[in-house]
Amino acid sequence: MTASPLRVDEGLWRDLVPQALARLLRTYGRDQIDLCEDAVQEALLAAHQQWAGQPPADPLAWLVTAARRRYIDLVRSDHRRREREAREALLALPLNGSESSAVDDSLLLLQLCCHPALPRSAQVALTLRAIAGLSTAQIANVYQLPESTVAQRITRAKRRIAELGGAVPRPGDVTERLPSVLDVLYVMFTEAHHTTIGEPAHDADLAAEAIRLARLLHAALPHDTEVSGLLALMLLTEARRPARVGADNRLIPLDEQDRRRWDQTLIAEGRALVERSVVGATPGPYLLQACIAALHAEAPDTASTDWSEILALYRLLEIVTDHRNPTIALNRIVAEAMVHGEEYALAHIDELAEQHPHLPRLAAVRAHLLDRLGRDDEAAVAYRQAIKQTRNIAEWRHLHTRLRRLLASP
Amino acid sequence: MKYLILMQVDPEVLERLTEEQQRMIEEGHAAFMAKIKESGEFIATQALADPSQSKVVRARNGVPEVTDGPFAEAKEFLGGFYLVDVEDEARVLELAKMIPDASIDGLALEIRPVMFSDLGDL
Repeated sequence: MTASPLRVDEGLWRDLVPQALARLLRTYGRDQIDLCEDAVQEALLAAHQQWAGQPPADPLAWLVTAARRRYIDLVRSDHRRREREAREALLALPLNGSESSAVDDSLLLLQLCCHPALPRSAQVALTLRAIAGLSTAQIANVYQLPESTVAQRITRAKRRIAELGGAVPRPGDVTERLPSVLDVLYVMFTEAHHTTIGEPAHDADLAAEAIRLARLLHAALPHDTEVSGLLALMLLTEARRPARVGADNRLIPLDEQDRRRWDQTLIAEGRALVERSVVGATPGPYLLQACIAALHAEAPDTASTDWSEILALYRLLEIVTDHRNPTIALNRIVAEAMVHGEEYALAHIDELAEQHPHLPRLAAVRAHLLDRLGRDDEAAVAYRQAIKQTRNIAEWRHLHTRLRRLLASP
Repeated sequence: MKYLILMQVDPEVLERLTEEQQRMIEEGHAAFMAKIKESGEFIATQALADPSQSKVVRARNGVPEVTDGPFAEAKEFLGGFYLVDVEDEARVLELAKMIPDASIDGLALEIRPVMFSDLGDL
């Protein structure tokens, strides 16, 4: 009887949070995210205490009722009550009475939390709290920040959304806000991959959260090829996770990974998504990156990877992003090295370095190319420069390993 | 992104401060802390005692040995730091300029990116 119901079925709770929040927002107005979110959190707490392993027949209805009561209490205690009531009357109307599914609710909330007027860190924190249902403490732990700092960010973000109130889109009106939502989920996902290595075990898995939210988004917009592309990209990248970190917690680069450890279920799902999406599509950046990840996933090793196709896809990716992202150019050069040789790639690296002398990973790529050519002295210089430039502890360790290996070789 | 703002102190500069400058520094730091707490960018701050109180532990033939005094004799020393989490480098520079030390000739702030964090159980 001591087991917490949250532990028993966390999935149910976490699914209920965005649904209950969306119901409240529909009733009370979309500018009320501040109070509605607090009300849902308090209702959740009450449910934890009162259900005690015996959930009611309709958990969502219970939660919504409890949250509504909490919301009303909160509004009553608010000195700006009258102001709110006036706005409520105006803003609640368009959403009232509209029947919606849990899927639409998730979409509405994602768009609300990923509002382009918020800083990225606030978008991510708010999304994790309001949609993924993580506690402030869990978010603080993931990002290694004081809980008060995270709480403050969430409070400010909610206040900002309330100020922007009227500008919130309806479900279905997705075109404007979608790129921001996709970017927030991808940042969440890549941050997970940057922080897992060498860091203490966290009780929340950002990559899993990002994938869960991308699945929600995909369920709401099954025909959007960028949404499919993002989900596929995440699945195909996540599939490599078991092979990416060594026993000593070291980063293992793609060409040295034991590909038998890649998760074939995730790869199959990711590839199926890609294959379904590319038919007749004008591919966007996420779908193109997913196509590249799929080519890596189907190759038994680096040598038999279809690098020509990967190179063509990177060139396309540069075009659709208007050549604004030098990291894509860097990845294109890595593919060029595999297709046209290291010497060819080095010339292009030097060009890119002139335009972007501080581009992350550029010195590292240069060092690897020189290393492969056996130009040891130049490679050592480049490794040392790369070690100085990196801000990623896993890459820092990996570069040291390579440099030591180089210095030890006869 | 996490950054450490290191406050480089010159004791001769501190000696020559006027009462008004001293008060401005104290009030300025208090206001700065309040501001970055409110914005959700604050992680921690510490002020350090004079380096003459330092001990140095270093290996001698592979065995740790303790000596008195600072690691390196220099006019300037590390007086304290702020640990912050911000959107980008432009923002951390903006914050550093708000620290009162940034407006006093002879004092300086060094901004270093953080590569790894473990702040214990938060």
